[in-house]
Amino acid sequence: MNLDFATLTDLQKALRNRAVSATELTQHYLTRIDALDPTLNSFISVQAEAALAAAGRADERFAQGDTRPLTGIPIAQKDIFCLQGQKTTAGSKMLSQFIAPYTATCSEKLAHAGAITLGKTNMDEFAMGSSNENSYFGAVHNPWDPQLIPGGSSGGSAAAVAAGLCAASTGTDTGGSIRQPAAMCGLTGLKPTYGRISRWGMIAFASSLDQAGPMARTAQDAAILLEHMAGHDPRDSTSLNEPVPRFSEGLDNSIRGLRIGVCREFFTEGLDPAVERSIREALAVYESLGATLVDISLPHTPYSVSAYYVIAPAECSANLARFDGIRYGYRCSDPENLQDLYQRSRGEGFGEEVKKRILVGTFALSAGYFDAFYARAQKIRRRIKEDFVNAFEHVDVIAGPTAPTPAFPLGEKASNPVEMYLQDIYTISASLAGVPAMSIPAGLANGLPVGLQLIGNYLQEGPLLQAAHQFQQATHWHSLTPPEAL
Amino acid sequence: MNNLVNEKTLVELSTLAALPFEPEKSKATLDALNEVLALVGQMQSLDVSNVRPLAHPLERHQSLRADAVTETVDPDALSQNAPHYEAGLYFVPKVIE
Amino acid sequence: MSIPAGWQIDIGLEIHAQLNTQSKIFSGASTRFGQSANSQACAIDLGMPGVLPSVNAEVFVKAVQFGLSIGALINQESRFDRKNYFYPDLPKGYQITQMDHPIVLGGKITIETLDGTEKMIRVTRAHLEEDAGKSIHDFKPGYTGIDLNRAGTPLLEIVSEPDIKNAAEAVAYAKAIHQLLTYLEVCDGNMAEGSLRFDANISVRRQDAETLGTRSEIKNLNSFRFLEQAIHFETERQISVLEAGGTLVQDTRLFDPDRHETRSMRSKETATDYRYFPEPDLLPVMLTAEFIENIQAQLPELPGERAQRYQTAHELSASDAALLSQDRRLGDYFDQVLTSSSNAKSAANWVRGDLLSKLNEHDLSITACPISPKNLGEMIQLIDQGVISGKIAKEVFAALWSQQTESASDYVQKNQLEQVSDASAIEPLIDALIAENPKQAADLRAGKDKLMGFFVGKVMQATQGKANPKQVNDLIRKKLSEP
Repeated sequence: MNLDFATLTDLQKALRNRAVSATELTQHYLTRIDALDPTLNSFISVQAEAALAAAGRADERFAQGDTRPLTGIPIAQKDIFCLQGQKTTAGSKMLSQFIAPYTATCSEKLAHAGAITLGKTNMDEFAMGSSNENSYFGAVHNPWDPQLIPGGSSGGSAAAVAAGLCAASTGTDTGGSIRQPAAMCGLTGLKPTYGRISRWGMIAFASSLDQAGPMARTAQDAAILLEHMAGHDPRDSTSLNEPVPRFSEGLDNSIRGLRIGVCREFFTEGLDPAVERSIREALAVYESLGATLVDISLPHTPYSVSAYYVIAPAECSANLARFDGIRYGYRCSDPENLQDLYQRSRGEGFGEEVKKRILVGTFALSAGYFDAFYARAQKIRRRIKEDFVNAFEHVDVIAGPTAPTPAFPLGEKASNPVEMYLQDIYTISASLAGVPAMSIPAGLANGLPVGLQLIGNYLQEGPLLQAAHQFQQATHWHSLTPPEAL
Repeated sequence: MNNLVNEKTLVELSTLAALPFEPEKSKATLDALNEVLALVGQMQSLDVSNVRPLAHPLERHQSLRADAVTETVDPDALSQNAPHYEAGLYFVPKVIE
Repeated sequence: MSIPAGWQIDIGLEIHAQLNTQSKIFSGASTRFGQSANSQACAIDLGMPGVLPSVNAEVFVKAVQFGLSIGALINQESRFDRKNYFYPDLPKGYQITQMDHPIVLGGKITIETLDGTEKMIRVTRAHLEEDAGKSIHDFKPGYTGIDLNRAGTPLLEIVSEPDIKNAAEAVAYAKAIHQLLTYLEVCDGNMAEGSLRFDANISVRRQDAETLGTRSEIKNLNSFRFLEQAIHFETERQISVLEAGGTLVQDTRLFDPDRHETRSMRSKETATDYRYFPEPDLLPVMLTAEFIENIQAQLPELPGERAQRYQTAHELSASDAALLSQDRRLGDYFDQVLTSSSNAKSAANWVRGDLLSKLNEHDLSITACPISPKNLGEMIQLIDQGVISGKIAKEVFAALWSQQTESASDYVQKNQLEQVSDASAIEPLIDALIAENPKQAADLRAGKDKLMGFFVGKVMQATQGKANPKQVNDLIRKKLSEP
């Protein structure tokens, strides 16, 4: 069996049949990381020893027949999830030496289910970015073409899975940070309903938007991972106290009669024609599977980017205030006084994009501007939510492009922040509304992966995954791998 | 829309955010901020009178925990990342009130 | 100090009361005071990356108790906000507080003014928030040490309207709040440990001015005395500035009790835009009507109501009634004494006299009192029934205090201390005394009443205090008036 791009589901079978051992599998990925990651830079840290030790324990479990659903499955975790005793950097110089004293709930759940963590993946600093160029640890390169960005902010998690360096990975999505890199690397990435997965131990960017989720090769793999990441956590007041369905069951049911909303605001002038072609073809596939396409409008979509770039920076300006060089994190050398300690530690510890967003957020909350910016953005947020509530009275799923373009060259938009922000134009509304959304591979544009975004109603990850799985039963896009250079 | 942030505002914002104000970078920073604020300013055209702000997407209510000591504190483990920690205290340059 | 002629003062107080919960408001770490530095600060209190707050239910119980006690409106839905500023003792760079939707709105507190009349001080609001840590300036030269044990201790901040017109009223109001909080047992009221701290907003204006003057906020006053002094010094300062033709700027000041002055806090001068916004890590708190009703139903009788009852139903003096009502457990004790003795006046005397002085002497609280209220009540009843004299009662009281006996009546019986009320047993003693002291008897008969004490004392001596002094008195008069 070729392990490089095997799905998690296939690996579960292979491990159970003892076709491969957890140790062999882990070693296989570690070898690939050694060989390929110098080019890709998808990992910030690799815990080879700990991973092999965990693999050894997994093999004992197989020998004893005492396995859990993910026993022996090597995954990578975005370096935003705290793992006790391990370096957790959030892609920042500020935390470049930070050893977490506790473990994120969702990482703990995955470990409990048997998953092995190979390492922590690269990301835009504090998850702020759409290209993974904002990392203190350097940019991540797209396995499909190392000259290109992998998307962001979960760019390392996307590149690692796409390059076959791990079976699957975890990401976080605040305005599209799972979906957009999944689209650009040809993966299936899911941002669940806000609150589905605990945020405890996940370093915050924008608390009311941040949501963890799986990045995988198939909808089925994503469904399995979600089952083991989701669930109520009393440590996170915003985590939903709702039962976690068996998402991986029922994927095979037909989607005949499924009403798919095609949102006209998602097909605007900024959309790359090649991307649009792939999306239209994907919609035709859905029709052929018995789904009905319904033309819908989410009228407030054009305001989503504006509202997002007020709310997310506002929350981040407070969330990142704790990084003051006192209890942990980077401290400047020889501070003259307290103000100097604060300003230089933060000035030197944070990258430019982070500092810019902190300033934007500080502005949006400041006296005299609060009503026109922060309060107004929250009102628009309600309008955007209402758009979805209204739409889901008529449709089951909303479909459209994940991102306006395929992956673009490194450095291309680095000097044009607004263009970079518009990368998230299709993903942000679902984040603001808190509804689940995912990206699945839906074709190639100029030889690069195109993502189809599927948005579901609150807590309806099941139907969403089912729609994605049915598409993947009818198409081969998800099984394409990067060119043979890798 | 006119530039909302000028150098004076930038100094104030930097102070509030505990970030250094760097005069040599101030023009670049101002341009970047004003560009974002211009993008964000597009929302000013929407009529949102009579709309209630939405702070949490799911609009649920807080659950409350029982009053019990559930955290065990290991100061050594929690202070392992501290740049200047001794005798159980975190140190900063002398604060003058 | 009196207010200079032509001026009036307006004071509003912000009182920070630590609520006496076991665990912190947003974490499960202990709130115990006096532990080694940073040993009570968990990852949440330290504001570590990725940690999140969770809300202690008990703080809402206590805040609602307070709110209902001052006749306030309870906001069924209250919310938390972030107040942003940088300070080393504020680990997250923001304080979680309640800005727009506080738990308690309105209410009032009655105080007694200098001229003895009652006055209402309006409470604007009371909201829940977290305490900050402590800065230690004298441990290491050139450095400030940070101890975050206190960070996250629940606070109820009680904000008054500027209804307070002088320092005495401010102290009376602060004491009334202190009494109410401790009475409700929502705050331990320990001023030395910082359980109650005051910020005073002070402004002065000309007697005829209609609007408030420019105010200064004096931060962190931790005793009634400092509160009083700070108001004196600050009003003096403001008036002298204005009388010299100067103008005041709104500022935040610290009181220096050694130098008898307030001074502007330079460190906070620049950053005063707190940029409040809804705390996105917490959801709005919705209290059910049932939750609030339950607290209302279990609310204790309040000090004012209790004092009123003691005056009307038990005919106690205003001062007795006030004293027995100020401490809830003392009042409860007194009420229990009254279940076994109907003589409230006597019960009040015993409790505020002998009992409280014994408790003070041994530094005991009423809840640790070795004499049960039932026993004290029974003892008072024995006096009222004439079974024992007041003098014997002192001995019985001592025996009860040292727990030598199960009950007052047991002790009296065992030691045969019953008063001799049988006239036939006392009369021969009196006859003998008159015979032995003819001159004194004659003088007494002639109207020298002082001598009555002499005879009564002799009889009491002879009966080892068991005679009823009033009865002895009557019998002596009867004997002397006999032809």
